Amino acid sequence: MTQPQVPMSVEDLKQMAATIRCDIIEMVCTAGAGHPGGSLSATDIVTALYFRLMRIDPSNPRWADRDRFILSKGHACPVWYAALAERGFFDKSHLGTLRRLGSILQGHPDMNKVPGIDMTTGSLGHGLSVGVGMALAGKLQKKDYHVWVVIGDGESQEGSIWEAAMSATKWKLDNLTAILDRNNLQNDFFVDELMPIEPLPDKWRAFGWNTVEIDGHNMEEIVPALEGAKAFKGAPTILIASTVKGKGVSYMENVCEWHGKAPCREEADRALDEIRRCSREQ
Amino acid sequence: MNNNAYRFVRPDIAALLSSEDLFSRADCEPTRASYARTILEIGEQDPRVVVLDADVSKSIGTNKFAEKFPDRSFNFGIAEQNMFAAAAGMATTGLIPFASTYAVFASMRALDMVRNSIHYPRLNVKIAASHSGITPGPDGVTHQGQEDLSIMRSIANSTVIAPADPTTAALAVRAAAEFEGPVYLSFTRDPVPVIFDVSYPFAIGKAVTVREGKDATIIANRDLVIQSLIAAENLAAQQVDVRVVDCHTLKPLDDEMVLRAAEETGAIVTAENNVYFGGLGSAVAEVLVENRPTPMKRIGVRDTFAESGPYLDLIDQYGLTARHIITAVQEVLKRK
Ligand SMILES: Cc1ncc(C[n+]2csc(CCOP(=O)(O)OP(=O)(O)O)c2C)c(N)n1
Repeated sequence: MTQPQVPMSVEDLKQMAATIRCDIIEMVCTAGAGHPGGSLSATDIVTALYFRLMRIDPSNPRWADRDRFILSKGHACPVWYAALAERGFFDKSHLGTLRRLGSILQGHPDMNKVPGIDMTTGSLGHGLSVGVGMALAGKLQKKDYHVWVVIGDGESQEGSIWEAAMSATKWKLDNLTAILDRNNLQNDFFVDELMPIEPLPDKWRAFGWNTVEIDGHNMEEIVPALEGAKAFKGAPTILIASTVKGKGVSYMENVCEWHGKAPCREEADRALDEIRRCSREQ
Repeated sequence: MNNNAYRFVRPDIAALLSSEDLFSRADCEPTRASYARTILEIGEQDPRVVVLDADVSKSIGTNKFAEKFPDRSFNFGIAEQNMFAAAAGMATTGLIPFASTYAVFASMRALDMVRNSIHYPRLNVKIAASHSGITPGPDGVTHQGQEDLSIMRSIANSTVIAPADPTTAALAVRAAAEFEGPVYLSFTRDPVPVIFDVSYPFAIGKAVTVREGKDATIIANRDLVIQSLIAAENLAAQQVDVRVVDCHTLKPLDDEMVLRAAEETGAIVTAENNVYFGGLGSAVAEVLVENRPTPMKRIGVRDTFAESGPYLDLIDQYGLTARHIITAVQEVLKRK
């Protein structure tokens, strides 16, 4: 397996994000099911983490000193699988097996099947608590790894998210960063129609977190924000990232139905065209 | 094929059981869809009925209730614990809440609320759980409610129903609405064929013999009733005459049916798309072992998590299809 040159420049990160977006479309189309919308909204963040920020070694996925990553909104695992494959954790040929019987790539991520998956997820509202546990363990064992957790805005309706938020502040977990993929949509509808959770920045500040708002699709903003989160001392950081569900595929953007629906071949080809054209123009 | 052996089934049952497209016929339907349709009808007739959702209303179909009765529909977002405890609160005032989500979240995420705030005070909440068993195939383990029946059966004051097809799912929803007290309804995510016609005598706690037979009895629930009927047809070709019981109510179990089957056929196989401990197999075994020890085998998900895969491939991989039931019957017959 070839491993890309890391850490990548912002320009290379943008190209990699486009490649990962294409992988997502291809995977979900081939599987005939899956969650493209929330995968595409998290793509730029996940790309920046895996190809610039995180201290990881694809040839040693269980390295004790590695940074940890948890995709708490586990349904968006196509983005995680694509990033791991592109980073060299496993062969890209697996991407075509998503959701098939016997595949390592389950409908929701399984840490015992896939190299590089640090935590099994899929039931929403667990990941941040798991991250708290990993961060506490890091402090206890005097390890300097960082724990990164991506959560959804719909997911933030789970009470457990706020239980995790409280505990991370109590223990001053500055080795923990949450990134909130604020794409304004969940399964049924728009978040603010279904169960309003704003103002999120105020809520997180009230819970004692170092709270930073960013554009979750602007690499020039994402990279320094992640670096700042890692450097911040005394409290956990949350990056509230404004994103677009379905980002990069015009017919999916902000359309609720693409939460959990696969494109047919013709739709997928149109999506791939668009993503490639857009990345060439950059 | 002996059509006279069947009870309450659709007239073309023979053709159905042997058809290639058993699971893709036009009238196949997930039982969750039958729930969504029936609750709409009940809502029309009874203003006390309210529907609670937790951001999967589009997946279950209760969004149609929300469109028709916006005042009596409450989507709590991804907050199952809040939804179930709020359902308890509504029930204290005389409303009849149907709280809907996936089986994993209904029976596990919010279990403490379901036990302590619904079942202990015996409040009139209906828990409508879709995606039960390993029916949500491709989504994988986190969404497969393979333990829901076992868990819900262990709670005092619980009534647990797992209907086999769209027809009986509708009857189960109506019966639950009329019943005073908590009811757990377990539905499939994947389409299943229509087996029964409207003559089906649905009563909570009364299992229904849907195929007569004298050599052995298969007691099944939910989506394994159809597999049991296929198994019985195949066994008939081998001159083995098998009774099939649709045991839609897991709790209270129809003990009398179990004992009659033991007495009249002398061999029992249970079949459930649920872990094979704590659910139907265990319930039947408990009755038999204390009253009339009888050769028995249990079909169910073994002590394992499943994985992602298409529904029919998955239930075959995990030992839940007609061929597994046939083998179990053959084995149990040897012990008669
Ligand atoms: C506890 C739990 N409840 C319900 C679900 C079903 N579900 C899967 S994704 C989803 C919506 C998620 O919305 P959000 O967190 O905003 O994710 P995104 O829009 O970024 O995909 C729901 C309700 C689940 N996986 N876990």
